[in-house]
Amino acid sequence: MTMLDALAARLGAELGADRIVNDRQQLRTYECDGLAHYKVIPGLVVLPLDADECARTVRACVEAGVPFVARGSGTGLSGGALPHAEGVLIVTSKMRTIVEVAPGDERAVVEPGVINLHVTKAATPHGYYYAPDPSSQQICSIGGNVAENSGGAHCLKYGFTTNHVTGAQVVTPDGELVELGGRAPDTPGYDLLGAFVGSEGTLGIATRVTVRLTRLPESVRTLLAAFADTDQAGAATSAIIAAGVVPAAVEMMDALAIEAAEAAVACGYPAGAGAVLIVELDGPAAEVDTQFDQVTALCEANGAFELRAAADPAERALFWKGRKSAFAAVGRISPDYIVQDGVIPRTALPEMLHRIGEVARAAGVRVANVFHAGDGNLHPLVLFDDAVPGEAERAEEVSGAIIDLCIAHGGSITGEHGVGTDKARFMPRMFTDDDLAAMHLLRCAFDPAGLANPGKIFPTPRLCGEVPRRHKAGEPAAAELF
Amino acid sequence: MWSSATGADTVGGVPARFVAAPASTEEAAAVLTAAARENLAVVVRGGGTKLDWGVPPRRLDLIVDTGRLTGVVEHAAGDLIMVARAGTPLAALDLGGQQLALDTSLPGATIGGTVAAGTSGPRRMLYGTARDLLIGITVVLPDGRVTHAGGKVVKNVAGYDLGKLYTGAYGTLGLITECAFRLHPRPPAAAIVQRAAPAAEIGALLAAVRAEQVVPSAVEIDAVAEGPVTLAVLVEGTAAGVRDRATRLEKVLGGQTTEKVPGWWGRYPWGRVGMKLTVPLSRVPDLLGLGAAVRGSAGTGVLYADVPVAGAPAVVERLRATAVRAGGHAVVLTAPPEVREAVDMWGPVPGLALMRRVKDRFDPDHRFAPGRFVGGI
Repeated sequence: MTMLDALAARLGAELGADRIVNDRQQLRTYECDGLAHYKVIPGLVVLPLDADECARTVRACVEAGVPFVARGSGTGLSGGALPHAEGVLIVTSKMRTIVEVAPGDERAVVEPGVINLHVTKAATPHGYYYAPDPSSQQICSIGGNVAENSGGAHCLKYGFTTNHVTGAQVVTPDGELVELGGRAPDTPGYDLLGAFVGSEGTLGIATRVTVRLTRLPESVRTLLAAFADTDQAGAATSAIIAAGVVPAAVEMMDALAIEAAEAAVACGYPAGAGAVLIVELDGPAAEVDTQFDQVTALCEANGAFELRAAADPAERALFWKGRKSAFAAVGRISPDYIVQDGVIPRTALPEMLHRIGEVARAAGVRVANVFHAGDGNLHPLVLFDDAVPGEAERAEEVSGAIIDLCIAHGGSITGEHGVGTDKARFMPRMFTDDDLAAMHLLRCAFDPAGLANPGKIFPTPRLCGEVPRRHKAGEPAAAELF
Repeated sequence: MWSSATGADTVGGVPARFVAAPASTEEAAAVLTAAARENLAVVVRGGGTKLDWGVPPRRLDLIVDTGRLTGVVEHAAGDLIMVARAGTPLAALDLGGQQLALDTSLPGATIGGTVAAGTSGPRRMLYGTARDLLIGITVVLPDGRVTHAGGKVVKNVAGYDLGKLYTGAYGTLGLITECAFRLHPRPPAAAIVQRAAPAAEIGALLAAVRAEQVVPSAVEIDAVAEGPVTLAVLVEGTAAGVRDRATRLEKVLGGQTTEKVPGWWGRYPWGRVGMKLTVPLSRVPDLLGLGAAVRGSAGTGVLYADVPVAGAPAVVERLRATAVRAGGHAVVLTAPPEVREAVDMWGPVPGLALMRRVKDRFDPDHRFAPGRFVGGI
């Protein structure tokens, strides 16, 4: 009997056989997350029903010395939930109870498998919503959002998951259930919750999450502006920021991305546009109306040849449909593509787009650009045909070169998709050895055995070692030094 | 590397032996490397405005003063970000039409001290706190290594968000030398709508403000130990928008718009014994009428109390029991020695075992601000 067989037998007996998946064909359905070109068939899958079962699963892994990987809906785009062949994949999709909606406290308490959009649906009757809105919000889970510190189109104004989670019950990598943060703000002690959010499953598994609810805005107005090229659209974005306006979202798509979106969802963007901007303002009606006029004028002044203000929620939804479907839509114009996620200082946008164009042309590869223009978060879509020998490699090279350009501009290798499996190799280009060593100190505090999602985020495995023996207080004098 | 301390170089009444004032991250690293070699206990000092907070250090050899570690390194207005050295006073920032939206109640408070103590003010309701605004940080670890986390862009999920770990850590994990923040535009107009009401009505008034979609930047209360409570709501934005929102708030509250910021706004209420109380929003009224003057952000559930020195332990216990029952916390931030010895300064802290493990990894010799933080960390 292998270690995993023994573990399956133990957990099957403890939790019930229906929580366990160990059939090879069924295991295969978990072999990848949203980043499908990395595939590993997990050794074993466990689907706990509650926090206690999740903790028992982790404890069983610890006792057996077996690594474990947490997975929510499996929509992640960095391979953060890529399974371990000799490990256990803990899937939280059966933990999907909305425990409580407390509008009076502006909080909701949910299990990790709850779908992002369902939180908003539960809060809306009370006049509230959950602000972080990744494009996958109809299927991605809150647990996954916490692990990845997910963003979305509206984080320019509202921030990311980390700004909207106030508490979490967590199974630590040694199988203990601990409460981090809570319903009230500013829990005394280290902000372990802040460190946990975005740790990509390497510091434990969230089993219950307390999120902040945001009051629905009185008014939402959305503008679609068409420009001849991305330079003009970038200049308009700069002008909006310089005017002191903080839109809820500023999204940009270039000609190729528009072409793909049209082919896929017929969103009806202005014909002949080299770039479109979607600018959304929300808040009190009197503020939004003033700023909307301001934004419209700034787009016009920077060369917009067509401006459409969404007349109703249906038209607003249509504007967003093109944007939110852009990743998948690219499948209409290319058999294969890589979704990249990098960040640059927003003002470097025009130059960055030219550099991406140069790199792509030199490699003979097409790149469609979709991005959160307000905060400089780029999503270049590198198109290729896997059937053509050499194209995949060239696309990989272009994709990597884009990340190098982000680093060179003082940006980041990932704005919202996470490091996961995919970008671990880029971490040393953004951080020094000492920077990574500091992160590793935190890792070792939580997971000295290195069993929680090993191989993610960090490029090379490191051992934790024992905590060095303490010196005795008040030992040697330093008088000789001054 | 360092010089002898003077009589003024104390932390919570504990005298230091030496003081160092590095002028750069590199110099700071050299100081801390030497301090590690000599096994010196270190406390970091910024503006010195909160040295009386927390528990005095168990031992103290060296004060690292950030007074020479000052200045804005970079202000990229078009990117709405700024990088500044830790010793820069918050009040000294001149960012033109932009702002670092961090309120401080203490004149002279530095960026590093504000981050290290995790202090916040009224406008945390709209803009968040230091943890939310900090996008990158440079920290010299207790062993002298210079480390960075985050970066200079607002959106960034590469690696652990150690900035959040250092924020509010009271200098127990290392020396912050540089911080990068996201900025906000300075709003062209602002107004405060005020109303005094009996304590019993405050809950309903707060709920009424929440129900209005006017997006306040701050909702503050100021309550004397017994008697009426003042509620004040700040709105910021365009001139026309602010007028409209203030008018609506006047109706909802039965209050009046004032041009002048009230004298108590954003100031800690205490004389000698000061507490920080946090509760879920709906439980803010629970904290009124418990024998202490209370003031702070009713819009986020973060309040401060002035506890009378006479009978302080009983009042601390009452406030703490109320806050904890409501799902919050109560910390004694500052108190004279006789009170400090009679109360538990930090109160119950969940996750303490994990916090100790974090401390053991970052500062295995427990030399950084030893004993000042939760659970004797």
